[in-house]
Amino acid sequence: MTTHDEHAHPELGFWRKYIFSTDHKIIGIQYIITAMAMAVVGGVLSMLMRLQLGWPGTLWPRLEEIFPVGFAGGAMAPEFYLSLVTMHGTIMVFFLFTAVLTGGFGNYLIPLQIGARDMAFPLLNALSYWTFLLSCITILGALFAAGGAPLGGWTAYAPLSALPEMGPGQGDGMTLWILAIALFTASGLMGGLNYVTTLLTMRTKGMSMMRLPLTQWALFITAILGTLAFPVLLAAGILLTFDRIGGTSFFVPAGLFTAAGAAVEHSGGHPLLWQHLFWFFGHPEVYIVLLPAMGIASDILSTFARKPIFSYKMMVYSMSAIAFLSFIVWGHHMFLSGMNPFLGSLFTLTTLLIAIPSAVKTFNWLGTILGARIQFTVPMLFALGFVSTFISGGLSGIFLGTSASDIAMHDTYFVVGHFHLVMAVAPLFAAFAGVYFWFPKMFGRMMNMTAGKVHFWISFVGVNCVFFSMHAAGVIGHLRRIYDPTQYAFLEPVYGMNQFISISAFVLGAAQILFLVNFFASIWLGPKAGVNPWNATTLEWTVPSPPGHGNFGPELPVVERWAFDYSMPGAKEDFVMQTEAPTRVESS
Amino acid sequence: MPTITEDATTIRVPEPVQPLDGFGPPPRTPDEDGGGEDPRPGWRPAFPVSRGRLVLWLVLTVVVMLFAGFSSAYIILRGAPAWQNVALPASLWANTFVLLASSVTMEWTRRRTVEGDTASAKKWMAATGALGAAFLGGQILAWSELAGAGVYLASTLHSSFLYILTGMHGLHLAGGIAALAYVAAGLFRNRYSAAGHEPVTLCATYWHFMDGLWVYLFLLLTLA
Repeated sequence: MTTHDEHAHPELGFWRKYIFSTDHKIIGIQYIITAMAMAVVGGVLSMLMRLQLGWPGTLWPRLEEIFPVGFAGGAMAPEFYLSLVTMHGTIMVFFLFTAVLTGGFGNYLIPLQIGARDMAFPLLNALSYWTFLLSCITILGALFAAGGAPLGGWTAYAPLSALPEMGPGQGDGMTLWILAIALFTASGLMGGLNYVTTLLTMRTKGMSMMRLPLTQWALFITAILGTLAFPVLLAAGILLTFDRIGGTSFFVPAGLFTAAGAAVEHSGGHPLLWQHLFWFFGHPEVYIVLLPAMGIASDILSTFARKPIFSYKMMVYSMSAIAFLSFIVWGHHMFLSGMNPFLGSLFTLTTLLIAIPSAVKTFNWLGTILGARIQFTVPMLFALGFVSTFISGGLSGIFLGTSASDIAMHDTYFVVGHFHLVMAVAPLFAAFAGVYFWFPKMFGRMMNMTAGKVHFWISFVGVNCVFFSMHAAGVIGHLRRIYDPTQYAFLEPVYGMNQFISISAFVLGAAQILFLVNFFASIWLGPKAGVNPWNATTLEWTVPSPPGHGNFGPELPVVERWAFDYSMPGAKEDFVMQTEAPTRVESS
Repeated sequence: MPTITEDATTIRVPEPVQPLDGFGPPPRTPDEDGGGEDPRPGWRPAFPVSRGRLVLWLVLTVVVMLFAGFSSAYIILRGAPAWQNVALPASLWANTFVLLASSVTMEWTRRRTVEGDTASAKKWMAATGALGAAFLGGQILAWSELAGAGVYLASTLHSSFLYILTGMHGLHLAGGIAALAYVAAGLFRNRYSAAGHEPVTLCATYWHFMDGLWVYLFLLLTLA
C-alpha cells in the first residue's frame, strides 16, 4: 500500500513553484502564455502586411517613427514587407501553433488525463520549455538584426537562404533564424521523448490505450511524427549552416550572382535538395499542428453533444493513417519545381489519399453532433468552428493537391487562403476551444462566456471574410508574396477586395484583444470554478481546480471505462466519470 | 472520486444497454494495461519495456532520422554533374577496425556484467573506452591526412560530406564515451550486479548502434 508520505510534495517558494518549476502543469501554462506573447508579435506583423496590401504606396509617417528603416520615407520598403512575410509565418507555425498545442496542452493534459503524477522526466520537460523560450528570444532577435529579418519565407528556400550576401536580411537575420529553429527542434525533441515515454509507461491502472481520450491519442501520434520529422529539418539546417559559414555548396548551384551583381564562388549544389529536405519535415509539421487540434476538438464535441464520440476506433486509425501518409506527400509542395510529371502524379495520388482519413474524421464529427442536444458553450462553438474551417480549407486543398490544377493555382492567394483556413485558423480555433475548456482547471476560475461568444462570432465571421476572399483573389491571379498589387493592371479587380480583406483582418485582430483581456482578467477575477464545471468524464475533472502538485490524492485513480460515456441509459446523470465502476451506474 | 470497493471489482453486472444510435462504447476490456507509475500488487505494467530502454530507442530513432536526412542529401547530390570523388584516407580502414574491436569488448563487458563477473567486466569496460578514444583520435588523424593532401571541407561535394558525416558521427560517439564514463563510474563502485545492470546494457546498445552507423557511413562514403 502506498502511503501519503511517499507522495508528499512539499510546498515550494514562488520562484520554484511558478517560474523554475518542473511541474508539468506549470510548464504547460508557461508554454501557453509564451505562445500567446509570440502570437501577439506574429499577429501585429500580419496587420502591417495587410496595411501594405490594402493601401500600397500610402505614406505612414507615424510608422516611420517606430520602424525608421522599414518605413524609410514613410512608405513600407519591399524588403521590410518580405521580412514580415517570413517572420509572420515562422512565428505562427513554430512558436504559436506547435508550441501551444503540443507544448502547452500536451504538457498540461498528458499526466492529468492518463492518471499520472507528472511526466516521465520532469527535469527534461523543464529544459524543453527553457530551450523553447531561448528559441523565442532568438527568433525575435532576428527582427532587430543588422539588415533586418530574413526575406525568404518560413520555408527558407535556398539559395536565397544559403548565402549571407543574397539580401539584406539573409546575413545575421537568417543566421538567427537557423539558430532559433535548431533550438526549437531540440526543445520539440525533448518534449516528444517525454510524451511518448509518459503515455506508454505511466498510464494508471485500467487506462488501456483504447480508453485514452482522443486528445491523448492525438498527442501520442504527434510526438512520434515530431520524433521522425524534426531530425530531418535539423540535418538540413546543419548542411545550410555549412553552406553559409563553411564555404560548402550543398544548396548553391553554379553560375549564381548576388543581388549586388557579384558572382558567387560556390558551385555544384542543388537548391531543390533544400526543398526536398524541408518539405519532408514541412508536411508532417502541418499534421504536428493539426492532429492535436483534431484530438481536442473531438473530445470537446463529444462533451457538449452529450453523446459518445462517433466511432472512436476509426478516429484513432484515421489519425494514424494521416500521420503515415504525411511522410509521403511532400512533393505536392514542389509540383512546379521541374518535377517529373509521373512523380507528380504519384504525389497527387498520395496527397488525395489523405482525403480519405480526413473525411472519415469529418463524418465522425458530424455523426457525433447528429441529433444531439448540443450545449452551445464557448468551447463547443470554437470546436464547431474548427470543423467548419477544416472542411472549407480542406476542400480547397484538393485543387492544390492535384498537380494539374496546382499549376494554375501555385503561388497565388488561393494557396494563402487554403493553408490559413486549414492549418492556421482550424488549429487556432481548436486551441481557443481548449483554452476556454481547460481554463477552469488551469486557474480555478471560469472565463467570461459572454465575451467568449463575442470573441467567437467576430473571429468566425472575420476569418471567413479574410481567407475565403483570398481564395477568390487567388483565382483572379493575385500573387502570393507580392508587395504591391497595383504594379499589375490585371489585378485591378482585386484592389477593392484587398481593402475589404485588410479591414476584416483588423477587426479580426481587434477581437483577439478581447480574448487576451478575458484570459488575463479571468485568472484573478473570474467566477470560481468547481471540480467539474462542464460535466465531463475524463480524469482531470476528478481533481480540484487547479490540481495540487502531484495531481491526484494519496491514491492514483483507477480507470473503469472509456472517456465517452455520455447519456448512458440507466445512469443517474448524463455523464459517467472514467473512474466509475460499472456497479455504481446500476445503483441509481 | 468514487470509492473502489471489493464489490465493484468482483460483482459482474450486465452490460449497460447500448444507446439507441448503436454506437456505444467499445466492449469492456479487461485491465490489460496501465499502472505504470508505481506498480502495486495486482497492477500490471503499462508497457512491457523499461522506461530507460524506451527512451534509448527513441533517441536512436532521432539519430536514424538525422542521418537519413544527411544520406538522402548525399544520394541526391551524388547525381550532380559537379560531383568529384576524393581519395579516402587509408587510416579510416584502421579506425573502422578499432571501432569494431571496441564493439566486441563492449559486448564482453555487458556479458560479464550479466553473469555477475564484475571484475573482468571492469577490464573490458576500460578497454572499450580506450578503443573508443583511439577511434576518435584516428578520425582526427584522418582529417589531418585529408587536409595534408589539400582536401578541405569546401573542396568538393564528396569532401564536404566526408568531413561533416565523420564529424557528426564523431560527436555522437563522443556522447557514447561520456555515457560509458558514467556507467564505468557505477561499475567501478560495484553498483551493478547480475540482477541490476540496465545502464550497462543500454550503453552497450548505444555503442553497437554507433558502430553499425559508422560501418554504414563508411560504406556510403566508399562505395557511392
